[in-house]
This record gives sequence, structure tokens and C-alpha cells, in this order.
Amino acid sequence: MKKLLLGNEAVARGLYEYGCRVVSSYPGTPSTEITEFAATYPEIYAEWAPNEKVAVETAIGASFGGARAFSAMKHVGLNVAADPVFTASYTGVNAGLVIAVADDPGMHSSQNEQDSRNHAISSKIPMLEPADSTECLDFVGIAYEISEKFDTPVFLRLSTRIAHSQSLVETGERRDIPLKPVDKNPRKYVMTPANAIPKHVTVEKRTEALREWAENCEVNTVEENTADIGIIASGTCYQYAKEALAKKASYLKLGMVNPLPVKLIENFCKNHKKVYVVEELDPIIENYCKSLGLQVAGKELFPLCGEISASMVKEKILGETVEKGVSLPDLPVRPPVMCSGCPHRGMFYVLKKLGVFVNGDIGCYTLGAAAPLNAIDTTVCMGFSVSGLHGFLKANGETEKSVAVIGDSTFVHSGITGLINMAYNRSCGTVIVLDNSITGMTGHQQNPATGITLKGDMTTAVDLEALCKAVGINRVCVVDPQEIDVVEKAVREELEADEPSVIIARRPCVMIKKAVINPPYRIDPEKCKKCKMCMKIGCPSLSVNPENGTVRVDSTLCVGCGLCKKLCKFGAISEN
Amino acid sequence: MKTTNIMIVGVGGQGTLLASRLLGHIFPQMGYDVKISEVHGMSQRGGSVVTFVRYGSEVSSPIIEKGEADYIIAFEQLEAARWLAYLKKDGKLISSSQKIDPMPVITGMTEYPESLEEKIAQAGVDEICIDVLSLANKAGSSKAVNVVLLGVFAKLTGISPDLFKEAIDVLVKEKFRQLNKVAFDLGYSAVLQ
Repeated sequence: MKKLLLGNEAVARGLYEYGCRVVSSYPGTPSTEITEFAATYPEIYAEWAPNEKVAVETAIGASFGGARAFSAMKHVGLNVAADPVFTASYTGVNAGLVIAVADDPGMHSSQNEQDSRNHAISSKIPMLEPADSTECLDFVGIAYEISEKFDTPVFLRLSTRIAHSQSLVETGERRDIPLKPVDKNPRKYVMTPANAIPKHVTVEKRTEALREWAENCEVNTVEENTADIGIIASGTCYQYAKEALAKKASYLKLGMVNPLPVKLIENFCKNHKKVYVVEELDPIIENYCKSLGLQVAGKELFPLCGEISASMVKEKILGETVEKGVSLPDLPVRPPVMCSGCPHRGMFYVLKKLGVFVNGDIGCYTLGAAAPLNAIDTTVCMGFSVSGLHGFLKANGETEKSVAVIGDSTFVHSGITGLINMAYNRSCGTVIVLDNSITGMTGHQQNPATGITLKGDMTTAVDLEALCKAVGINRVCVVDPQEIDVVEKAVREELEADEPSVIIARRPCVMIKKAVINPPYRIDPEKCKKCKMCMKIGCPSLSVNPENGTVRVDSTLCVGCGLCKKLCKFGAISEN
Repeated sequence: MKTTNIMIVGVGGQGTLLASRLLGHIFPQMGYDVKISEVHGMSQRGGSVVTFVRYGSEVSSPIIEKGEADYIIAFEQLEAARWLAYLKKDGKLISSSQKIDPMPVITGMTEYPESLEEKIAQAGVDEICIDVLSLANKAGSSKAVNVVLLGVFAKLTGISPDLFKEAIDVLVKEKFRQLNKVAFDLGYSAVLQ
């Protein structure tokens, strides 16, 4: 019987069924679960790497070593991994190599909305795009086939709606794909100019061969219903178009989005009166059609920003609208917040109090930017906080006070190189490592600083203090972020120091096993003076009782971290 | 068969995911095609969460849009109000009377809207609002609100309770199964004939 599988789970199942042996990834929404599910198969070696570049290099190495290999990342992770990816396009593979990249149109949990098809075009690597969980599984097999037949890495492009939707899948057995013998072949694998120059020619020929293959391949299909309206689409946009138009349109569904075929598209356009390209983000298929001299409609109807939907397709193409339900006006928003007892809260309370310029990074602690803490001034990319702080202080270090805040996983990912730069180039900045012993925002993954592998085995853990000292930081201290007086003193001292420093704020995430969970606190309404000092930390367990204006604790949420008690000058808050 | 659209809305951490997984187990058993869509990541941290469940003979899009939901199962009143525009004209709102303050209310920037239940009723919405939290506590855990709401849903749709209990056996850890079945029954019998 068919199983209901998440798109990401189906990709992992595809890895299992098509003989993948080595998986190396860094977590990133919406790609994370692929690697977590892959790790559940004993036949697959799966790991979390420190960052996407290391992950992809590991997968390339495994391919060279003869094993079908895989790496998954979110769209911005591919920027980090771009360096090895672009040259692996030249070397090609030994055993098959598939790289999944999950885009996030609509930015459900990302800092930008880049379209990774551009990476496929510029790296000249073929890219498949599944449209449901069944295709997520099947396309892994096709990707390995293409990879080995055409001697190239292959991208599998997902989007949030494919990665995080469940649909029915027929699963199969694992195929026995033996290791390939190792091939000592410097002309193929040593990319010096002398070897890379002829390789570039090979890559261009490969793209033309793949373009030819795309004309008749099983992943590019035509569904003929009418000669009036033709839709060209791939991935989730194909599903939106099908939902909206059903048999009122014909469809050219492109399962391979790079390279694109010529004759298949020309014939489809010729056979339909009006052709629409329905694609999210950049007009890649549309511009390609136009470069062939074909008349298609695209971005004049559909947006460059955000997601497309079935109702949008219906409205733009058929002029039909759906009657919306009742709207109630002026409802308060409900943004995501730091959990009750989150160890980051104390640090942000102190930073806000000191009024320093805070260079932030990517993780749960980005929520420190929200009210009432409002304690983050920049967020750009993984690792930016440290190198950004360095540049910020080179500009105005004489007059401004500024710190970097970065999580343990992000610090290992790409904060450490920025810290080396700070030590080497004599910064005076302070880097605060928020060490909560887990990769939090993506759903609690292990990382090199936790001492546990993806498969759950004990391993060596990065010694953050020793690491910081080893790169040349003399002032390294460890504080418990819950002890806000100690934290404030440490931050003040390090801001005054005329050499670079690191404060490691160490306390485990409240959502993980080693977290300290205490009984809920209580507030004595007789002693509460309604000053709302405790409300400044933005704890979701605290609220004002509308009947008398005193603050109360939600005992179902409170984990007894005690931070609010430290802020109460009237002794109204206590352990139960 | 035409596709039926169910939205499950609530606050991150309320257990909406188990509700959608149980439905995702049941509908294929009934011979339907199913798609479920959820957003992970940021929305888990106490934010507003929504899951789309669609079933029918053939389902294309995994998403439900405004004016398309046959049922909205709301774990919280403000979330019921927030997603109301997604309900079809003749759709049914199944809601928990529970109220959870969002951060702008906690910080005093704004107030939790008054008498939401009445406003929803005045807007002509076909609603059943139940004190689900009390029933869940009666079953043994406040975390069982998800299964209580599914009990209500089962009664209203006529889908066999046996299918839900079998899904609980498959998807819930053994030590919580009995509690969940009791919670389901409490929801099922909370609907007046």
C-alpha cells in the first residue's frame, strides 16, 4: 500500500532505494529532514558537517571514492557550497552525486528569496525539480542515472511546499549498487589550468548532450487537453496550475529545469494558441522561451516576489475569483517568540540595557530582534555577526560600542574564520557565543560542539574556549546567561578591553534533554506593584491579569528559569 | 470525488501536527488521495501555525486558500478568528474556547480582542466552540486537546471512530494511547445530537 510521506522523507527513501551510501549535510529549513530521515537507514552513512561547503566536499570525495553520494542544503547553503560545486561540475563524478537544494519562495524561514536555478545555470549542472513526494523519490533515481551517464553532479531542487508537504508514495526495495573502483585519473580529477581548460569544453558539450536528452526524457511530459491554453510549469507551480485549470489547459511539465529542451518547448508553443509560463521567483523558463523567439506570457501576470497560488493562476488566466470567507479586522499578530526559559533571553536583556550595537546571526536568537527585547541591529548570513563586527569597528571603533552574538552551531559553521580575522587584524571587538549545545531553529540537530553525531553516537566535541584561545584571543570567559548581573559585568569589562575577546554564554536549550527544567514560579499578587519590570524580558509565560493589573505566571509554560525573579525589586516572584 | 479541505490552526507547541498526522493516516485507509502541507521552522516557536489537509479522488495543490476550507479546526480563539477568511461560505468552524495571549498582548502593546466567539457567531459563521482544554485535562493531559478536537470532527463528519482509534494505535506511543482514546471519546460525545 502507498504511504503518506513528507517530500523530504521521500527524498531520503529515494536515497535508500537507489543505493546511496554517503550523506553529508548542514541543517537548513526546509531541507533538514532529508538528512535526518536518511540517517534512519543503517545502509546509509549520514552525518552533519560543520557547514555546506564541507558537506558538499565530503559528498564529492565519496563519489570519487566510488559510492553514490548526496548532500542537502537550503538555498542560501548553496552559496556557501558554491566553490566546490562549480568545480565538481568540471571534474564530474565517479559514482553518482546528487545535491538537493531547497528554495523558500515566500521566505517562510529564510533571509532571502534567491532562485537556485540560477546556480544550476551558472555552474552548468543539470537540475531536476519534483512536484510531489512520489517524484521526490523517483527523481533521486533518475538523478543518479543522469549523474553517472553524463559524468556530472545533479541538483535536485525542492521548494518549501514540496519539501514540507506529504503525499502518497509507492515505496520499493533497495537496489544493490556496488562501490565503483577508484579511478586514479589526474586529468579528470586534478583541476589545474592545464586539465581544467579541456574540461570546460567537455562541460559545454555535456550541456548540449543533456539538452538533447531533455527533448525525450521521462521527466519532461506533455499533457494534452486543449489547443487554447498551454501551461509550462515545474514543481509546485505545476500543481497550482493543475488545481486551477484542470482540463481547461494543456501542460508541459518540466521535471528537468536545467538545461531546458528546444524542440519540445517550440512544439508545445506552436500547438497552443496562448502559452503561459507559471514559475515562482525568477523568469528563467520564460526568458528561455523568449530567447527562442517564442511568444509566452509570464511575469507580466505573475510576481517576481513570493509564492504563486492556484487562485492566482485561476484569476490571472481565467479571470475567475474565489469568494473569500469572513475577515475580522485588527487582530493582534502572533509572531514566533523565544521559548519560556530560553537561555538567550538573559543575554538580550543585558545587551538592550547597555544599548550597544548588536551584530546578529542566523538562529533562534534572531528572535532577539523582536519586541520587547529589540536587541539585534543586523542579520545578514551565517557567520556575518563576527566579520561584520570587525568591519563595523574598523569604521568607528573609537566611538561606538558593538558586539557580535552567534550560536554554537553557527560559530562552528563560519564564525570561527571571522574570529581568526579579528585576532589577526587586531580588532578590539567582543564576540558573544550563545552556546545552547544544539542547532536550535532547524529543530534541534547535533553539531560538532555537542559531542554527539547525527546517528546518535558519542564523539569528540569542539572545545570552544580552547579554540578561541588557539586562534589568538587572550580574553575568553564563560558565563551562565541566566546570571544577568554576571553577564552585565562581563560585557561591560570586555567592551572596555583594548583587545578582542569572546564571552561564551553557556546554558542548554530548554527543548533538549539536558535542559534544566524546574517547577513553575509564582507571583504573589499582594506583593506585585504592577511595575512590569519582569515583562521587559518578553517571556511568553508572563501576562498581565486584566482584572487587577498584576502580573501572573502561566504554570503550563513556565519552566522555572527564574530570570523574572531576578528583575523583581519587590520580592513578588518566587519558586512555588 | 471533489476535494475536501481541512485546516488545522493553532499556536506552535499545541500539538497540531499530531492531529494532521492522524487524519493523514485515516483518509488513505478510506481510499482517498491525500495531501498535507505544513510549515516548519520559525512558526514552531509559539507563533501562529497552520496545517492544510486535503483529500478527494485526486488532489493537486497541497495548499488551501481563502474561501476554500470546508472545515477549520482551531485550537485557539484568536487563531480561529485569524484564519476565518479561509472558510467556505458553508464551511464549519470547530474551535476550542482556549485563549493564549500573543506577545504583543503580553507586552501590553495591544489587547486580546474581546468577545471573539460572539463576533465570529455574528459574522454568520457556522461554528461549534467547545471547552476542549477542560475535556483534555479530564482525560489526563492538557496536551490531548488535539485528539479531543478530532473527536468533535469525527462526530460532525460521521467518520468512524474506529478509524481514529486505529490511527492512535499506529501513531501514538503506547503509554499515551489510552489517554488519547479517552480524550477522543470525550470530544466525540461533547457534540450535542
